Amino acid sequence: MEKSGSDRRAAEFSKFGIILPMASLTEEKVLELETKANDIRESIIEMLLEAGSGHTAGPLGMADIFALFYFHILKHDPKNPSWEERDRLVLSNGHICPVLYATMAYAGYFPVEELKTLRKFGTRLQGHPHRQYLPYVENSSGPLGEGLSQAVGMALADRMNSSVSFTRGEQSRTIYCFMSDGEHDEGNTWEAIMLAGKNKLRNLIAVVDRNNIQIDGFTEDIMPLELLADKWRAFNWHVIEVSGHDFKALNEAVEEAQAIYEKPTVIIAHTIPGKGVKEFERDFHWHGKTPDKVEAKMALNELRTLGGKIKSEHQ
Amino acid sequence: MLNPKLKLNPKIFNDDVEQVSIRKGFGEGLVLAGEQDKNVVGLCADLTESTQMNLFAEKFPERFVEMGVAEQNLVTVASGMAAMGKIPFCSSYAMFSPGRNWEQIRTTIAYNDRPVKIVGSHAGVSVGPDGGTHQALEDIALMRVIPNMDVLSPCDAVEAKKMTIALVKTGKPAYLRLAREKTPVITTEETPMQIGKAEIYWFPDVGLAQVGIIATGSLLHRALLAAKELEAEGTKTKVMNLSSIKPIDVDAIISLAKECKAIVTVEEHQIAGGMGSAVAEVLAQNFPVPIEFVGVRDLFGQSGTPDELIEHYGMGKNSIKEVVRKVLKRKS
Repeated sequence: MEKSGSDRRAAEFSKFGIILPMASLTEEKVLELETKANDIRESIIEMLLEAGSGHTAGPLGMADIFALFYFHILKHDPKNPSWEERDRLVLSNGHICPVLYATMAYAGYFPVEELKTLRKFGTRLQGHPHRQYLPYVENSSGPLGEGLSQAVGMALADRMNSSVSFTRGEQSRTIYCFMSDGEHDEGNTWEAIMLAGKNKLRNLIAVVDRNNIQIDGFTEDIMPLELLADKWRAFNWHVIEVSGHDFKALNEAVEEAQAIYEKPTVIIAHTIPGKGVKEFERDFHWHGKTPDKVEAKMALNELRTLGGKIKSEHQ
Repeated sequence: MLNPKLKLNPKIFNDDVEQVSIRKGFGEGLVLAGEQDKNVVGLCADLTESTQMNLFAEKFPERFVEMGVAEQNLVTVASGMAAMGKIPFCSSYAMFSPGRNWEQIRTTIAYNDRPVKIVGSHAGVSVGPDGGTHQALEDIALMRVIPNMDVLSPCDAVEAKKMTIALVKTGKPAYLRLAREKTPVITTEETPMQIGKAEIYWFPDVGLAQVGIIATGSLLHRALLAAKELEAEGTKTKVMNLSSIKPIDVDAIISLAKECKAIVTVEEHQIAGGMGSAVAEVLAQNFPVPIEFVGVRDLFGQSGTPDELIEHYGMGKNSIKEVVRKVLKRKS
């Protein structure tokens, strides 16, 4: 089968370690991403056990999306992290940083061994991402509702610099913002949504981790968000709803978002909090709880045997 | 006498001294800044005319972003623009920015280290008839306690213009405090202004000063009037313009305290945590002397004319003189 133009370009650039976006997803690539996501999930469990505190459910749920972005979608270069033309990925809900850190380590930004320093004194891997300690993250975060605004600012700046963005092809650059559903409770979130809609920021794509949980319980009990898609549409965004664990569907969603000219796009990704470890799935108590030794052993065993489907060399 | 080296406005003590609002100085300064550096951008929360950012918006419409009445978004969007190399100035009333969006400023600008300039206009009681909710008396305190945040409080429109332009090149977050009312022009284009440096604007004709008066903002003019009258009454003072509250000119303050052995601070702000407190922190650690504060004594503002309110809250010329006499008695 003939390689597409974007596949050929991706092959060219991969020689230099630059990962170009938007080559199509082959079966082979999907398998690669599944493996990467599984590695990321294992690292999340290991680093949270070592750290003794942090967040479990969100990071596990977002592992597939992070794998897809860092190993397929994002235009970035881990060996040249300040490459001016790179896409920007703003993580708004910074508390899920275990998945960000693990993904970035596997992508080559820093050694995987460093993951065990999470939350420790002197670490570059602060409890919530801090740009001053880990220069590869696009923003320091922690307090909710502030990431999308920063992404909006980046998109506005790009539009002012007409030489960089707003053109199709290899030169175009996208600003991505990953957000939680819980942070829609914050008014600041809606201020950003309003402004992006007003300014028709087509170079901005938000991804919402719709996992239906927050600290005190399920989102629909604490502060109901539905009909969430309608809310975003009312503010003049293009809305795509997709499973947060289906690589092909997610990839298609991003491709669709890239093709929308009149509006910014939000991808509402339906995820299972704690995905990958049956015991943790869909339980809001695992939002801010970390596994103890026993729970971690069980979780790692499940991840390494893909839920009992294969034998693990670690058994 | 006025310090001749500083080339101050010779008409300072005239009844017909030129009166220009400090916010206007910012508005003109921002246009000049925009001409000098194409990365300067402006953001405003629905107050372009009040904060005088309309001048920039008219000159550089493609570099201006209207944010609507959304102060949290105002500063966080600015943070994102700074991430892409822009030098954003965002303006609103001081009570709303940094009042309302203090945490966003701390997290996305100071902690995140983005060179955003937060411009808070209509600070102090001289906002007037709008009343207490619009009169920011706590903004200096709010901003000086944030690490990695410069705090500037110009004494007049001319200094405001210079500070605006100077902020473009600092490469760090800053807060610029402006006022609504037309107030006397104290400085000229030739008067030196350097962030982090405080100058003596008035010193005794002859002999050593007995009290050092440190003033910030438009109240510097009333402090100068007080000093002139005190001189005629036999009390020698030096008057310092402390327009850079952070970074603060530690050496100049200690020097003044060593000469006068008594200090009075003057600000249109709560006494708690403001410029006076910053001065007290310097002196307590280095050269403690009796110090008295002119400012608002733990009260909210209210409706009135600017002059009425300044008098009512004890910040007028006569109040300053009284407090100078009070600190003199404490010297022993």
